[in-house]
Amino acid sequence: MLDVNGVQKIYRGKDREVEAVRDLTFRLEEGELACLVGPSGCGKTTLLKCIAGLLKPTSGSVEVAGKAVTGPPRDMSVVFQEYGRSLFSWLTVQGNVELPLKEKKLSKERRRTLVTEALEAVGLADSARSYPWQLSGGMQQRVAIARAIAYEPRVLLMDEPFAAVDAQTRADLEDLIRGLWQRFSMTVLFITHDIDEAVYLGQRVLVLSSSPTVVQDDVAVDLPAERDQLTTRSDQRFTELRARVYSEIQNAKNGQAASAPAAT
Amino acid sequence: MTTPTTDTARPTTGSQRPAEGRVRGPGAAFPFGSNALLGIAGSACFLLLWEIAPRTGAVSATYLPPASEVLTTLGERLLVAGFWVAVGDTLAGWGLGLAIAFTAAVTLGFVVGSVPALRTFTASTVEFLRPIPSVALIPLAILLYGTDIRSTLLLVVYASFWQIYIQVLYGVADVDPVADQTARSYGLGRLARIRYVVWPSALPYVLTGVRLGAAVALILAVTAQLTIGSPGLGQEIAVAQSGGATALVYALIVATGAIGVLVNVGVRALERRVLHWHTSVRGEIAA
Amino acid sequence: MTLVIRTVRITRRGAVRLTQLFLLPVLLILLWWWYSSASASYYMTTPGEIAATFVEVWFSERFFVDVLPSVGLLLTGYALAAVLGTTLGVVLGLSSRMRATAEPVLEFFRAIPPPVLVPLLMLLVGVNTPMKVALIVSGCIWPILLNTIEGVRSVDPVLADTCRCYGVRGRRWLTTLVLRSASPQIMAGLRQALAIAIILMVISEMFATTSGLGFSIVQFQRSFAIPEMWSGIVLLGLIGVTLSTLFVQVERRVLRWYDGVRAAARDE
Ligand SMILES: Nc1ncnc2c1ncn2[C@@H]1O[C@H](COP(=O)(O)OP(=O)(O)OP(=O)(O)O)[C@@H](O)[C@H]1O
Ligand SMILES: [Mg+2]
Repeated sequence: MLDVNGVQKIYRGKDREVEAVRDLTFRLEEGELACLVGPSGCGKTTLLKCIAGLLKPTSGSVEVAGKAVTGPPRDMSVVFQEYGRSLFSWLTVQGNVELPLKEKKLSKERRRTLVTEALEAVGLADSARSYPWQLSGGMQQRVAIARAIAYEPRVLLMDEPFAAVDAQTRADLEDLIRGLWQRFSMTVLFITHDIDEAVYLGQRVLVLSSSPTVVQDDVAVDLPAERDQLTTRSDQRFTELRARVYSEIQNAKNGQAASAPAAT
Repeated sequence: MTTPTTDTARPTTGSQRPAEGRVRGPGAAFPFGSNALLGIAGSACFLLLWEIAPRTGAVSATYLPPASEVLTTLGERLLVAGFWVAVGDTLAGWGLGLAIAFTAAVTLGFVVGSVPALRTFTASTVEFLRPIPSVALIPLAILLYGTDIRSTLLLVVYASFWQIYIQVLYGVADVDPVADQTARSYGLGRLARIRYVVWPSALPYVLTGVRLGAAVALILAVTAQLTIGSPGLGQEIAVAQSGGATALVYALIVATGAIGVLVNVGVRALERRVLHWHTSVRGEIAA
Repeated sequence: MTLVIRTVRITRRGAVRLTQLFLLPVLLILLWWWYSSASASYYMTTPGEIAATFVEVWFSERFFVDVLPSVGLLLTGYALAAVLGTTLGVVLGLSSRMRATAEPVLEFFRAIPPPVLVPLLMLLVGVNTPMKVALIVSGCIWPILLNTIEGVRSVDPVLADTCRCYGVRGRRWLTTLVLRSASPQIMAGLRQALAIAIILMVISEMFATTSGLGFSIVQFQRSFAIPEMWSGIVLLGLIGVTLSTLFVQVERRVLRWYDGVRAAARDE
């Protein structure tokens, strides 16, 4: 579904070049939920923008559903890291969610159903007529998520969406994402720098090295599909996986190659 | 920075915004430098067009003399003492008027701004007087002062006063209440608080006011000379026009434009200097 | 019982508000009255006399001959400048190359005090309605243009990316993203332009015309019709105040979201 092939991105400034991403290759199957972790500044956002067709990779290529990405693909939606700034302050919550659907030329009834459904899914049905600036940070975040799912994407990209919300909201949103993913069966790439979150959410965790960035490790998360904040997080297996991802990130920081798969 | 949130803390009716949407760094509109080459090319194209259009007859040369002719006329003018007297008169009306307006607006603004009762009781009057177009005062100025420079001053002061005054009120309202309370708790008197707390945080607003006021002051200075006939570049233009000297009219307009550019550049340079000092001091405190 | 107390409280608050609104204006008018009737100055007229003259002079056919055409002129020029200024501003704001090319020339044109164009336009177009409209447009367009450029340039890149991702382009992109993000600056430009438009409307009528508001007022002054002149000044003031009040109403509606964002940011 999502093919990233030897992607390299170099930012060319006036007098200096920054190699944000060196050489990334991985593949997501249809309907997969993968988490991408990596130290801050390692190029996660850069990669996401390359996948979303917002940036052109310096070399390498990205394919979505077998088609090379040259501009933003049609059936992909993105939740940005700066979610607050990605909402239109002059549109209501409803207007924000509906805007991309208008561009899809859907009928009015269809749009209304999708908007209502998406807002209900994120628990914001009551705030449809509010403006983003009347909402808390966590609520704004959920608006951005609602907009992404109302678009009915086949691929959903999320960039550290929970970085700015409190622990309780964060746990709720994590369950929300898993629920939505199971319900709408999309392919999801979820970027985070929180190891616990990555292991809890994903079927797979991709670990990026620090800059110059390559894929440090690719960890399959063999936890049961039904996850629960309390039981899953206290699961023995969860702890092992977390430890493994953690040590990979430590290795990444120290510039070592992936260690042999830890005792599994 | 926190700001007072109550409605009464806002300067007048609450409909006010800083005159430019938000207070920005100096020279935000057009930073020179990076694209200087393109800019030079653009200006050259403009001058070339201005030269060619009348020469080829695309526009009648009686209406639009070619650039070279206008610039030559301007060059000749630059050698005439009378031209410089007119420039001096224009600048005197502008500068003096702006200085008076500045002093009055800053003084009044700080007094009214720091006494909430005064602010609420003057709000309606300010809201009524401010939009009165200053040109409405032209007949009055003629009757009272004739073609004297005081006519010009009346218009200039009236127009630029409001620009600065409103910004000062804004700036005073934008003072961090915590900073003010801190200063109070250290026993700083009212004057000391104005000097060390209110003035620094109102400064960017004051400068925005000066920038807007300076532009308006120039407009009104020239308007007064044009309509009332008090001496200055505006009057020279009116005379040249009634004599049918088209090239001279253009030359003088270019001259006023040049003065306008100098005024803008000067005010922005001032703003950059003062605000630079301002931000660096703040940065040090924050660090 | 509580109802009575509440009513009393409301009326008291209303009374305080009324005092705040009217105390100073009333005092000023009384002061003027006292001063003008006490002073021997020929140029001072009592507010009462001005009011009487005002009704007499302007509630006549003058209203249709002088006032309405002038206001129409003003609004036509202003509207044209608004359309031209925002259009050009959007184009220049979106293209950094064009902006860089046009920059010095624009910088020069906006520095020219607009009234100096009056004699020029009199030479070029003669004294007629198109000349007056052209004058208003050429003076008003600069604050609108420059503020629009600034506003369009400062469109949030995250919002722009959002639009690209969701395929928002064309007209919807222009209206929902570009114009709306730039609207605080555009409105600021329009507000500055309104003041300039009134100035230009008046002085365009002070030269070689035989009708209009500017003409009438100068005429009164030349013929030493002092109360009439004062009533003209008052009328100009009223027009200024009315237009700016209308503008504030529109602005408040258009920028409701912006005020909300700012209020929310302040509360943080
Ligand atoms: N527009 C840009 N121009 C130049 N360099 C950039 C640009 N954007 C990002 N970079 C650089 O690329 C590198 C990767 O940035 P990126 O934003 O992708 O990191 P990230 O992994 O998303 O970090 P975080 O976890 O903090 O969000 C950084 O060194 C950054 O300085
Ligand atoms: Mg990032």
